[in-house]
Amino acid sequence: MTETDQKAEPAYKSRLFVPKASSRPGSPPDFSTLNIPAAGAAPKPDINCNALDIQDLAYSLIRVLDDKGCAVGPWQPEIQTDELLKGLRHMVHVRAYDDRMFRMQRQGKLSFYMKCTGEEAIAVAQAMALESGDMLFPSYRQQGLLFVRERSLVDMMCHCISNARDNLKGRQMPVFYSWKEGNFFSISGNLATQYSQAVGWAMASAYKGESHIASAWVGDGSTAEADFHHALLFAATYQAPVILNVVNNQWAISTPQSFASAGTTFAARGIGFNIPSLRVDGNDFLAVYAVTKWAAERARLGYGPTFIEQFTYRTEGHSTSDNPDAYRAAGEGKAWPLGDPIERLKQHLISLGVWSEEQHTALAEELAASVTKDWKEAISYGSLDEGPHWPIPTMFEDVFKEMPDHLRKQRQQMGI
Amino acid sequence: MAKMTMVQAINSALDCTMAKDPNVFVMGQDVGYFGGVFRCTEGLYKKYGAHRAIDAPIAEGGIVAAAIGMGVNGLRPVVEMQFADYIYPAIDQIISELARLRHRSGGEYWAPVTVRAPCGGGIRGGQTHSQSPEGIFTHVCGLKTIMPATPYDAKGLLISAIEDDDPVIFFEPKRIYNGPFYGHGSVDQKSWNAHPAGEVPEGHYTIPIGKASIWQEGSDVTVLTYGTMVHVAEAAIKASGINAELIDLRSLLPLDTETITASVAKTGRCVIIHEATRTSGFGAELVAEVQEACFWHLKAPIERVTGWDTPYPHAFEWEYFPSQTRIIEALQRTLETN
Repeated sequence: MTETDQKAEPAYKSRLFVPKASSRPGSPPDFSTLNIPAAGAAPKPDINCNALDIQDLAYSLIRVLDDKGCAVGPWQPEIQTDELLKGLRHMVHVRAYDDRMFRMQRQGKLSFYMKCTGEEAIAVAQAMALESGDMLFPSYRQQGLLFVRERSLVDMMCHCISNARDNLKGRQMPVFYSWKEGNFFSISGNLATQYSQAVGWAMASAYKGESHIASAWVGDGSTAEADFHHALLFAATYQAPVILNVVNNQWAISTPQSFASAGTTFAARGIGFNIPSLRVDGNDFLAVYAVTKWAAERARLGYGPTFIEQFTYRTEGHSTSDNPDAYRAAGEGKAWPLGDPIERLKQHLISLGVWSEEQHTALAEELAASVTKDWKEAISYGSLDEGPHWPIPTMFEDVFKEMPDHLRKQRQQMGI
Repeated sequence: MAKMTMVQAINSALDCTMAKDPNVFVMGQDVGYFGGVFRCTEGLYKKYGAHRAIDAPIAEGGIVAAAIGMGVNGLRPVVEMQFADYIYPAIDQIISELARLRHRSGGEYWAPVTVRAPCGGGIRGGQTHSQSPEGIFTHVCGLKTIMPATPYDAKGLLISAIEDDDPVIFFEPKRIYNGPFYGHGSVDQKSWNAHPAGEVPEGHYTIPIGKASIWQEGSDVTVLTYGTMVHVAEAAIKASGINAELIDLRSLLPLDTETITASVAKTGRCVIIHEATRTSGFGAELVAEVQEACFWHLKAPIERVTGWDTPYPHAFEWEYFPSQTRIIEALQRTLETN
């Protein structure tokens, strides 16, 4: 032990409680304290229920797929097999995209990247359960929403490398997508800001007498932000047609969920606001889909907001800028007791007799090749380092609708 | 034309725009049933209903965030911060979100939100009911920042703000809500009834954002100010007998640099007055603009008369507030230098 490794002599005999992490490096992964109920055990309430009637669902876990890949219980959704196959394809596609972009970041082709590995079912199943006119207020790990809404991958890549085809004109770091045509809201780096904005969007939909709803996502760490609480309060006060999701993937960079959950579930937060609140196995495509359909129907029929905790695990690092092995037990992602969302849906489809390991392998290969082709096309429109980028003077545009004189003068100082 | 106080003029602006455009609504704490603590939204609830004069929880960040979402979805929200001092809980939503949304989304999304905030001192409000935070917002890219000095301007500028597709921070100097003010509590507050700018058209009209008003012409020194201080400056100039040109900026961003620099080029002298604290205040920006554009015209150093760099006091309000005496001294100092 070196001198710097020794703990300083304490000045106080501290009695401060500091939450513990579920794991730290050097310890084995341990999820033995998680209470995971059997698939099919959670009841499915009426859509006009109130929060107190279903408070058990805020502490339980809604699961449809059992360990054998069979769909069981009252939450089994009405969904056609070809839709499930489509969902599987989207998830495999998202993973292929993430892998490719991660590698490109490591090769210095883009400045930053964030994978959603292990969380693909949430964005994909939820987007499939919503309608195209519904507005999405995502965080940065819901790229699956864009896949379901058929955003061009080439365009997503062009954004990530800020080239001349980037619809954000080189102004945002990678993964902070925006896509108006697909009702996908511009992602902010300031956490949870979109949560209360989504409620406002939903309030406007109600104000105009429309049936479109909004759906928003934050991570477990972001629930600590004031905007999270504003969103719940405003959603409840005005009975806004909104679905508020917390993606509890256990880690906010290196900070475990125990620093934001205060020893209870995240879904439990909703009960205090009198919002029907549910906790769902986020790695179970069918459960996520079913709960989202239920919440969307509630919102669309005027029964107000629903609050959903998506219980999952962030298998990879927070971003390309961190090293998860430095703060959590090695192999924790593989030990996650709720498995991998792609494997679980694959198993289900195989058990239905509509899919096979061979088809799955072929699909993964096909999509990896397709992503490679997209990347080649994207880079042909310009790279981060070499360009072409948007013309530099465009950075003075869109600050205001019309450019005021002071910006015009500053632009002229560039010689333009 | 009708005689209106600034409160009534603001109310009239809201009424006109709400009548004209169903997408316009007001939201904030106490703005609905009660009509606002300063009465600016009085009668709107009765006329337009609870869904257009919307009472909100006391959560300024939540109010602005909801307004952003509503603005993105095609509405034109006008939100009230009950006091400008309470704008700070909303500051991330204003600075990081509202101001930058159009730019960060490549022009895909924007929210035409107007944030109204009664500001300034002179009402025995202590440090949490007296602040002038306009300089914070002029530093932010993507916001328009306005502060009117008269009922006529307040109505015309507020209608422009609401109809503008960019976000606007609309500061209302509450010391002059009910009449102009000349710089000290012992001076009776005059009524807007007796003031020409209290004559306000009842219908719809606009005043362009970004245009200053030459309040009175003069040849010896240019006085740049806005809000309550326009009236204090006017009284001080009158008491001093100095032939000063008084400019009411009205809009701090965009700023009418053309009017400012033409005046200083003419007079060769400049005194800048604001209630807000001095260091890094908006006056510093004005000094920089004037010296850049008018350095070779200047006959004397530019003077600043401002609030002190302390939190706004309760007991020493008139010592804090830029007084006629301090303004006259600054004018005289400027004229002493050749």
